[in-house]
Amino acid sequence: MMAPPDRQIMVRAIDVHKSFGKLHVLRGISLDVARGQVQVIIGPSGSGKSTFLRCLNHLEKIQQGQIFIDGEPMGYRMVNGRLKEDSGRNIACMRAEVGMVFQRFNLFPHMTALQNIIEAPIRVRGMAKGAAIERGRQLLARVGLSEKERSFPAQLSGGQQQRVAIARALAMEPKVMLFDEATSALDPELVGDVLEVMKSLALEGMTMVVVTHEMGFARDVGDHVVFMDQGVIVEEGTPAQIFGDPKHERTRGFLRSVLRA
Amino acid sequence: MGVILGVIAALAKTSKFLPARIVAEFYIWLFRGTPVLVQLLIWYNLLSSTPEFTIALIALGLNEGAYMAEIVRAGLEAIDPGQHEAAQSLGMRYTQIMSRIILPQAMRVIIPPTGNELISMLKTTSLASVISLSELLQRTENIYECSSCDGALWVMPLLVIAALYYLVLTTVFTIGQAYIESRLGDRRGRESQGVFGFIDQMLSSMGSGSRR
Repeated sequence: MMAPPDRQIMVRAIDVHKSFGKLHVLRGISLDVARGQVQVIIGPSGSGKSTFLRCLNHLEKIQQGQIFIDGEPMGYRMVNGRLKEDSGRNIACMRAEVGMVFQRFNLFPHMTALQNIIEAPIRVRGMAKGAAIERGRQLLARVGLSEKERSFPAQLSGGQQQRVAIARALAMEPKVMLFDEATSALDPELVGDVLEVMKSLALEGMTMVVVTHEMGFARDVGDHVVFMDQGVIVEEGTPAQIFGDPKHERTRGFLRSVLRA
Repeated sequence: MGVILGVIAALAKTSKFLPARIVAEFYIWLFRGTPVLVQLLIWYNLLSSTPEFTIALIALGLNEGAYMAEIVRAGLEAIDPGQHEAAQSLGMRYTQIMSRIILPQAMRVIIPPTGNELISMLKTTSLASVISLSELLQRTENIYECSSCDGALWVMPLLVIAALYYLVLTTVFTIGQAYIESRLGDRRGRESQGVFGFIDQMLSSMGSGSRR
């Protein structure tokens, strides 16, 4: 997909292949995400969408292809025409620019909400504690959880935990935010709050790559939708195109099964 | 000494770096596979010029390290991998992730068996009497073997007293373990806000070198 040439490409994937042992999970995924764009990835389970997302911040290694974050190669260097894995230090540096929100939140249970948020800015960016706390409080307010700053994750509901997780990722001021089925593990009535936060992020111009089953969100907030199945991109286009007039049978089949409710 | 060795060995065994893994596995296999007494005697004969106390320290420390490695490894593996991933995605590096995120959580799993090991180690020191180290058991034997007293009569009472000494010491350790566990609280922080502070103090005195 070619993004408008005048916009900076924040995430570029070129012919990405990944296998888990013999299982060829990603079979040549190419995708561009421009700055400020909300890229939504939908598809059935096993399609490789989460795996692809995790390749973007090198939580999964790729066997072939290239991934660039804001023009910088992610996780690998080209040495004599071959992919050579980058040093742990460089990878960590690059990851600091890519925020990720997980399906199961993954908050640090032995720290309070505020402590969760300030941990990385202090340790990774070397921010002063006072400044980090200031910023942490601002972020908590932004996700509507100021009064929970001293609560531990076990004392928070799923939706609250996920919002803290979003704040934690934002604390690093990333260039891109990745959402891996961020609402899939939540009770339905809590999903709305989290989607609201994600929507406001999008409106502020954050570059986002969102793997989701929330078709409403995809339709309302997404700029570009990609339908993946069995490791390949079957169809892509604007939400209007994908939801209104899907061209492939597989896309249609999937949408039928998902939108049945 | 055993605890420190154990942590190093556990990290080495679970690391991606193959040579470290091989060394660690060999160490653990060797030192758990042979009886402590034999190890003690081997070191005694290898390092005959060193003071007995140092020999005992080396032998018992190395042996203990091997057992601690497995305990620490169990603790590390008890932690949800999502924790590691979340920390990585924030750009944290391996040492930071281990010291700030993983090890503090692993402590809850590591402390009870470590307490066991400590208490057991206390009693194992009695084996050092075999290399003539003047420890508790040795001194007890000295007393009832003294020629000016009617030795045979005193054997049992003295041994019982020695056992009581060990018991008092191990009880102190047992209470200490319980105290540490209650201070650490529930890993969800339900018991005390001092949870992380306590570990923080402990670890920052150990790991302040990793702070950048």
